[in-house]
This record gives sequence, C-alpha cells and structure tokens, in this order.
Amino acid sequence: MSDNAVDPEEVRHVAELARVDLEADEVERFTEQFGDILEAFEALDEVPETEREADLANVMRPDEVHECLSQEEALRNAPEAEAGQFKGPKVS
Amino acid sequence: MTDYNGYVTAERIEGSDDGPLAGRTVAVKDNISTAGVRTTCGSKMLEEYVPPYDATVVERLKAAGATIPGKTNMDEFGMGTTTETSAYGPVENPVAEGRVPGGSSGGSAAVVAAGDADLALGSDTGGSIRCPAAFCGVVGIKPTYGLVSRYGLVAYANSLEQIGPIAPTVEEAAELLEVIAGPDEHDATTREAPDGEESYADAADGDVDGLSIGVPTELLDGADDAVVETFWDAMSELEAQGATYHEVDLPSVEHAVEAYYVIAMSEASSNLARFDGVRYGKSGGYDGNWNESFAKAREEGFGEEVKRRILLGTYALSAGYHDKYYKKAQDARAWVKRDFDEALEDADVLASPTMPVPPMKRGESLEDPLTMYLADANTTPVNLANLPAISVPAGETDEGLPVGLQLVGPAFGERTLVRAGSALA
Repeated sequence: MSDNAVDPEEVRHVAELARVDLEADEVERFTEQFGDILEAFEALDEVPETEREADLANVMRPDEVHECLSQEEALRNAPEAEAGQFKGPKVS
Repeated sequence: MTDYNGYVTAERIEGSDDGPLAGRTVAVKDNISTAGVRTTCGSKMLEEYVPPYDATVVERLKAAGATIPGKTNMDEFGMGTTTETSAYGPVENPVAEGRVPGGSSGGSAAVVAAGDADLALGSDTGGSIRCPAAFCGVVGIKPTYGLVSRYGLVAYANSLEQIGPIAPTVEEAAELLEVIAGPDEHDATTREAPDGEESYADAADGDVDGLSIGVPTELLDGADDAVVETFWDAMSELEAQGATYHEVDLPSVEHAVEAYYVIAMSEASSNLARFDGVRYGKSGGYDGNWNESFAKAREEGFGEEVKRRILLGTYALSAGYHDKYYKKAQDARAWVKRDFDEALEDADVLASPTMPVPPMKRGESLEDPLTMYLADANTTPVNLANLPAISVPAGETDEGLPVGLQLVGPAFGERTLVRAGSALA
C-alpha cells in the first residue's frame, strides 16, 4: 500500500463531482487503479518550476451577425424537445 | 464494411468532381464531424448523433474532390492506445495477425494498411495518429499545433490535439496535409505557416544529404530490444544517404507521459461535461433531478476508460490537488517545450522509435491502464511541445511486426519532416 492509496469513498466522491454514476465493481477497480496511476503522477513532484513563455496573441474578429444553425438543426440531436427548446429533467 | 472492423459507419460521401484528391478515397476518423452522417466518436453516448455541419477539414476534402468511404473506428473519444475501447468493437491489425492496430486512430491506419482506403484522417492528442501508423506499417503526420483547423473535431484535450493525414507513403500524406492545412476563421488557434512556397508534397524528394539528426537517448532507454534494433537499421539507411546523427539529452521527457495524462484528463473532464443526454447523447430519462439524470446518462453512455479519465481529471483539478497535479504538469509542459527547442537548435530533426514496443497482442492491455499509458512515452512529449512529427515505417522485427521511426521537427517544420521521412518511405 502506497501513501497515495485511494479509498472507495474518495472514488465515489469524485464520481459525484463528475456526475458519473458507477457500478459497485467499477468503484472497486477504480480504487485500485487510481492508487497506481496517482502514484505514477507523483513523479511530477521532481519537475522544477519552469517559466512559461507566453508566445500567444489574442485572435479577435468583428462582432458581426453570421449565418448559424437553424433552431430545428440545433435541436435535431436532442433526445427530447418541446416548443423549440431542449427538454431536460428538473433543476433542483 | 471490413473484416477487421475498420469502419463504424461505411457510408460514402462524394466530393466535388475535380481537385487535387479527385478519384481518391479518404476515410475519416469518427470524431470528425460529417454533416448528415453519424459521428459516434466510438462511443455509445453518440450512437445516434448526426452532426448538422461539416468539420472544416471535411469541407476541404470535399472541395478537393475526395470521396469519403466511411467513418473509421477508434478508441472511445480518442482515449486509448490500441483501438480496443471502442463501443463498436476492437479493430484488428490487418498486417499483424492477433495484434492491435494501435490507437486511437486504429481504424484510419487499418483501412489504409489494408488498401480499403487510399488515405485517411486521424487525430493525435498524445500519439493517436503516429502510434497506429507505426503499428500498421504506414505513414502518419501529427502537424504543428495550429496548422490544421480543429473546427468540427469533437474535443478530447483541445490544447494538445491536431487532425492529420495517414497514408501509404510520405508523399501521399503530404498531399493530404496540403489540402487540410491553413488558417480557419472558425478555429482561432489556427495560424498561417510562416515558411515556404513549396508544397508539402514537393518536399518529398528524399534528399537527406547533410541532414543533422538528434537522437534523444531517453527515448531509447526503455524501448524493446527488437524495436531499438529496427530503429538503428533505419538510421543507418539515412546515414548511408548522407545524414549525420548525434545523441542529445532531453531530461524533461522522463516526466512527459505523466504531464500529458494529467493535462489530457483534466481537459477531458471539462470537455466531456457537454454530454448530458439533453442537448445530445443518450438520455438519462426525466425522473429525478438534473444531476441524477445527468449521472445516469453518463454511466450508461460512457465506457470504462472514458469514465476513468473523466474521474482522474476531475480529481486532478479538485480543490487541494490542483497545484500538486495540474500546475506541476504545466511546468513539465513548459520544460519539455524548452528542451525540444534547445535540441532543435543543433539538429534539423530529432529521431526515435515511434512506439517503445511492437504492436501488443489483442486483449492484453485492457486490464492494466497504467501500462497502456506508459506506451505513449515517445509520442506524448511532442504534443506537449506543440511540435510537428511524422511516423514512417522503419522496418519489421524478426517476428515480422511493424516498427515506426518518429521524426520531430521545429514548429511549422513539416517540409523538413516530409523531406527526411521520404528517404525511408
């Protein structure tokens, strides 16, 4: 067991944050695998702080109206739509 | 369809009547949007998703006269090194029986290797073009970040990925690159390549006389003996044609794979939040509240590797861990970039085996995700550094397994890579 051992509770918590339900056997497998993977990521501790050269420039364009998807096209892949809008479960 | 499961959807899309690719077929990876033709990303989540618009690269293919014979199979959302995580079944390697084709663009490399398409497009986030090209004995180019538009590419880790060509020869890959490269108003990260009037294909003259090649020792150290032997045979061939080589040190690459996975998983956890089963994707139903429905849709729609990466990315970005993982990974990325830039001051290109191992046996990587991640040691540093790279066939091991040679060039140095690579294929 390494210092980075992850417990099932932690896996369930992260799954909740990520909004992904897991089966019990997935929680079990992930608990073990995450321990190994996070231990490998631990090697990043040896990386020196490095200056990041910001060789970047903003790309701007005039704020003009262009053609875009029609409402029908935008809704085409929604499992359910109503009155020209996406239909989702209630927001608690 | 193909007997090695190369396509998810084999539906023909005809291009215009003439153009540089007229009469040729270009298969397209199934994470690149095709208007009116299902685009699944190899996921059950998008089993019925039909994009309302074409990706910029698809528009360019059609305008160039290409025929698209279908959408190629891939690891789910590009997450894998073997094309075994697809919800539509694994792809078999058409040139190495019983072995994986590499991933995640395994379908694209396989259809080219089998001769079922003349050319193909893949996408490369951490090696997903170069790995399958190497494992299937064909050529793949990962362009400089910003050379090719990502508009219409379903995002996995957008700071790392590029669409690029897969082809039987370097010259053909260069012809396809010519068609897809160039700025796009729909992708603000695209840039005009600063150098050269010459077309990419014209650079495929095989002239390596005087070419200076740096060989990063770190990328040979952990590699399989048979791979290293084949690599040096190909290097001798380049030397015989007038190239010279010297060893270089890139200490940062020892940390590249971890940095890559932390950054890619973090970006994935954010990018894949859009799959909520409301706007598109598998519905989680309408009982319960939004969060419950959302979590249910994602449990059913995503495969295990995708869940693993979303969760690890969420973990790496969560309060208390951000500095430990994400910030250090960004330091590593800057360090890798600096190391490559310095090495490329004294060399025209850097060479290594594309993959440290020959194609794995089918089924053996799925149980052990960490081992699969480590196989990306030689390809991931290039994405972190935003640089271009090409994988060309270096030869075969004694067992007849394909080995790829990777050449890395300076930013927008694609012509140099094409010139050097064409000396071998």
